[in-house]
Amino acid sequence: MTRTIAVVTAGLSQPSSTRLLADQLAAATDRALRLHDERVEIEVLELRDLAHDLTNNLLTGFPSGDLEAALATVQRADAVIAVTPIFSASYSGLFKTFFDVVEADSLAGKPVLIAATAGTARHSLALEFALRPLFAYLKAVVVPTAVFGATEDFGSTDATSASLAERVERAARELADLVAGRSATGPVDPFDSPVPFEQLLSGR
Amino acid sequence: MQFGIFTVGDVTADPTTGTTPTEHERIKATIAIAKKADEVGLDVFATGQHHNPPFIPSAPTTTLAYIAAQTERIILSTSTTLITTTDPVRIAEDYATLQHLTDGRMDLMMGRGNTGPVYPWFGKDIRDGIPLAIENYALLRRLWREEAVNWEGKYRTPLQGFTSTPRPLDGVPPFVWHGSIRSPEIAEQAAYYGDGFFSNHIFWPGSHTAKMVQLYRRRFEHYGHGSADQAIVGLGGQVFMRKNSQDAVREFRPYFDNAPVYGHGPSLEEFTSQTPLTVGSPQEVIERTLGFREYVGDYQRQLFLMDHAGLPLKTVLEQLDLLGEEVVPVLRKEFEAMRPSHVPDAPTHASLVAAATAEELS
Repeated sequence: MTRTIAVVTAGLSQPSSTRLLADQLAAATDRALRLHDERVEIEVLELRDLAHDLTNNLLTGFPSGDLEAALATVQRADAVIAVTPIFSASYSGLFKTFFDVVEADSLAGKPVLIAATAGTARHSLALEFALRPLFAYLKAVVVPTAVFGATEDFGSTDATSASLAERVERAARELADLVAGRSATGPVDPFDSPVPFEQLLSGR
Repeated sequence: MQFGIFTVGDVTADPTTGTTPTEHERIKATIAIAKKADEVGLDVFATGQHHNPPFIPSAPTTTLAYIAAQTERIILSTSTTLITTTDPVRIAEDYATLQHLTDGRMDLMMGRGNTGPVYPWFGKDIRDGIPLAIENYALLRRLWREEAVNWEGKYRTPLQGFTSTPRPLDGVPPFVWHGSIRSPEIAEQAAYYGDGFFSNHIFWPGSHTAKMVQLYRRRFEHYGHGSADQAIVGLGGQVFMRKNSQDAVREFRPYFDNAPVYGHGPSLEEFTSQTPLTVGSPQEVIERTLGFREYVGDYQRQLFLMDHAGLPLKTVLEQLDLLGEEVVPVLRKEFEAMRPSHVPDAPTHASLVAAATAEELS
């Protein structure tokens, strides 16, 4: 079966360390899912490219341009990898805006891997006190390992860098195990199958 | 096909002058706009219902009756009547009275209202919006159709042997539309009863409206009211016109940029390409409006929003001249030429009376 992984990345610079971490997580998840004999399709959503549409969505109430397709990708995906830079002790505003405008319930029951980057490892617990509750609210199933990448983790060969790679592998394995154990069921479209009126009328 | 205007009734500062009309000026302007709509040959004038600033139409039947007394032809309607927070008994009484006063020259459109704090002011809860719309409307229908109503529900005091007065004119209740931007339940409700379905249409992409209308049409047929293409569909629209397209864009831009609903967001150009908003020449408005039919099918009622975002009364009246003289006559002719003969017109009091009489005879 082909599994779609939506990678939501909120890095702002190009190249960005957030995107770099997102790519590592996506690649590791791909490898881990193949061990389960699953085919994998990775869809990367760069929120920077959607920033104007996101602001417009807040103001107009509907997704314009590429944002509509991006939201549909998340809704359709078998799992989501969500990566944000840490700004002022939490996820970035752009990252939060995206998850403010996703359709209600589009993440319900969906496996999600959370990850973040920042200049220093002192921000790492933002994953636990900001991202994890956000996705708990969205009723997602968040894997136990959240991956934090500080500047010092990238590009060196010392012990910390090795441990980032290990965390990436472990989190990806956890995500792949969750995905592989599930049957693929798409969301119900209320326009295709409306609740019959007698049922609405009886208040059930 | 019917053409008309609908007003939200907002009191908004004119961004080009900083002047905000008083409530008195806005109420009087609403009357002037409705009379103008009648004068230029439009078929429908509809007012919103709101119970919070900056809106003035808290007492729609008062306003509509006042307009009816000063007009001859135009159908008075609502956009929308708050079926959630208004007691259905009062809706039955108020609108049956309006029906008598106007000799049937009225109908109404049900809506829920999306302002959370308004609900508790009327003892309700916005989280019950859909169940309220369903239960209250089911009661309203019975009040107009049954002499003595015994009723018990979740959201209002029970009724024992209650007769809503006056009884509907000629024993025929007013025609009802149901308006909704995004709730499939409301399309389902309209389809179940064989009522009209009105899509606000103006703030969202046409593709979304198409989904709502298709659902309504499919379910209308499912419930046995006729074929899907015979369902009664209305659409909103929003236009600003000048003879010269560039003049329209230049004049409307500050109103767009500061409009309460979408201001400070997308550009005028983005929003006109993403939604049915059309700013340009009468010919551009004609072409765009005719295009709506391509994704909703042949439809019965087209209402335009003309008097919002602080546009001065003088400008609105000029817009109505253009709409009545240059746009609607062409639309009327073109839509009529494309409409298959089995697709009905929007019901009117006369057609509903005729249908009721025919049913009695058969």
